[in-house]
Amino acid sequence: MAAADLIPVNIVTGFLGSGKTTLLRRLLASPELANTAVLVNELGEVGLDHLLLRHVDESTVVLPSGCVCCALRADLTAAIRDLYSKRERGTIPRFDRLAIETTGLADPAPIIFTLLAEPVLRHHFRVGHVVTTVDAVNGARHLAQHPESVKQVAVADRVVLTKTDLAGPAQAEALRTACRRVNPAAPIFEPAVDPIGPDQLFAGDPADPSGTRQDARRWLGPVAAATPPETGVGQASAHDRDVYAFSVTVDRALDWTAFGIWLTMLLHAHGEDILRVKGLLQVVGVPTPVVIHGVQHLVHPPVHLDGWPTADRGTRLVFIVQKLPRQVIERSLAAFTRLAAVGERVV
Amino acid sequence: MCGLCGVLGTEAHWTDAAGPDSRSGAPPGGRTRRQERLHRVGLANKVLKHYGLTLADWEGNCFVLRTRTGRSAIVQHLTALWPVAERMTGRRCDPLDPQLIAAVERE
Ligand SMILES: [Zn+2]
Repeated sequence: MAAADLIPVNIVTGFLGSGKTTLLRRLLASPELANTAVLVNELGEVGLDHLLLRHVDESTVVLPSGCVCCALRADLTAAIRDLYSKRERGTIPRFDRLAIETTGLADPAPIIFTLLAEPVLRHHFRVGHVVTTVDAVNGARHLAQHPESVKQVAVADRVVLTKTDLAGPAQAEALRTACRRVNPAAPIFEPAVDPIGPDQLFAGDPADPSGTRQDARRWLGPVAAATPPETGVGQASAHDRDVYAFSVTVDRALDWTAFGIWLTMLLHAHGEDILRVKGLLQVVGVPTPVVIHGVQHLVHPPVHLDGWPTADRGTRLVFIVQKLPRQVIERSLAAFTRLAAVGERVV
Repeated sequence: MCGLCGVLGTEAHWTDAAGPDSRSGAPPGGRTRRQERLHRVGLANKVLKHYGLTLADWEGNCFVLRTRTGRSAIVQHLTALWPVAERMTGRRCDPLDPQLIAAVERE
């Protein structure tokens, strides 16, 4: 099935009390999201009222590998399959988007895994933007103390800073800095200052058929911001100090197969510590850019853009890693991708 | 160590979708599917030889991984390859291992 026919799924995550339900309630009031189905874990606290609201009881089935990210969420599988079959039978409106609100401590990776791996879901749904709420009053402490919080920010495509009106300017700025260091590519929104619409948060991911090349460029993030200092700055401590982002640029086209060998091997050995890898690739023999996107051990189906976002060609990869040495990753990538350049002539 | 292999079975792997049109699954560079599989085996072997392993195409639908002593195992795709390689050799397959990088650089 073509990507355009898949129903986008947006994951809304964030720590306890960070305001994700408030955000979701505000977004769902807008007419653009009238056709959005919603899955929530906790029902009724903040009085979400929506035609297509469903409740799931969080339960995880861990695969025999024992890996935390590669776990199938049985609750989500059942709930989404049920929504989809009702949609097909016409017993509920034909929703064109699904939003999943996670619990505060939930790891978004198994949700992504479930959507990518579950045989029925992967044929009808695709993973859209992940939206993470961070509250300006407690966010810095959560990032320092809880690896779950760091992970939620790392996998975000959009960060929503809440309660900035309750925090001091210095506090808010320190949190912005911390978020940018963990995930420089995700734009930060502050609804207390600037109201945000659903299109800014949910739409425009690389696989969105209504998205533009510029969206893909933005999704990858600014080059300069993607190379922060590797040592801890400011108030960063404990968990978030180990996590940093960097970008790698390659000036020539990559051999897809050599890249695939390298990335599968890298994720095999270090997937737990690669919170995010995304890239716009120039591939030998492919005229247009290929977008790749991985979260820990998982790699989304690659997306082909219809053209380059800017005059710049070449490959740019952005990594968000935990403790892994940047120089070694760069040297390893260069060595592996050169395997195809020598000997074997690429057709 | 895990990845999608256990769940996806024989379904398309992400490395199989790079051609000019991801839906057709055609390999990049105008290679035929057979040429692409041979290219894949050729490149993988440049890495695997450092572990004393060889990979071969098996009838165009999976791969066979072999040790020097003749033990063999079937793998479906690249994600499935590395855990099997580790099990067969008892060595860790890590592309950040400086010795492996140096060996790959000499290729
Ligand atoms: Zn995993």
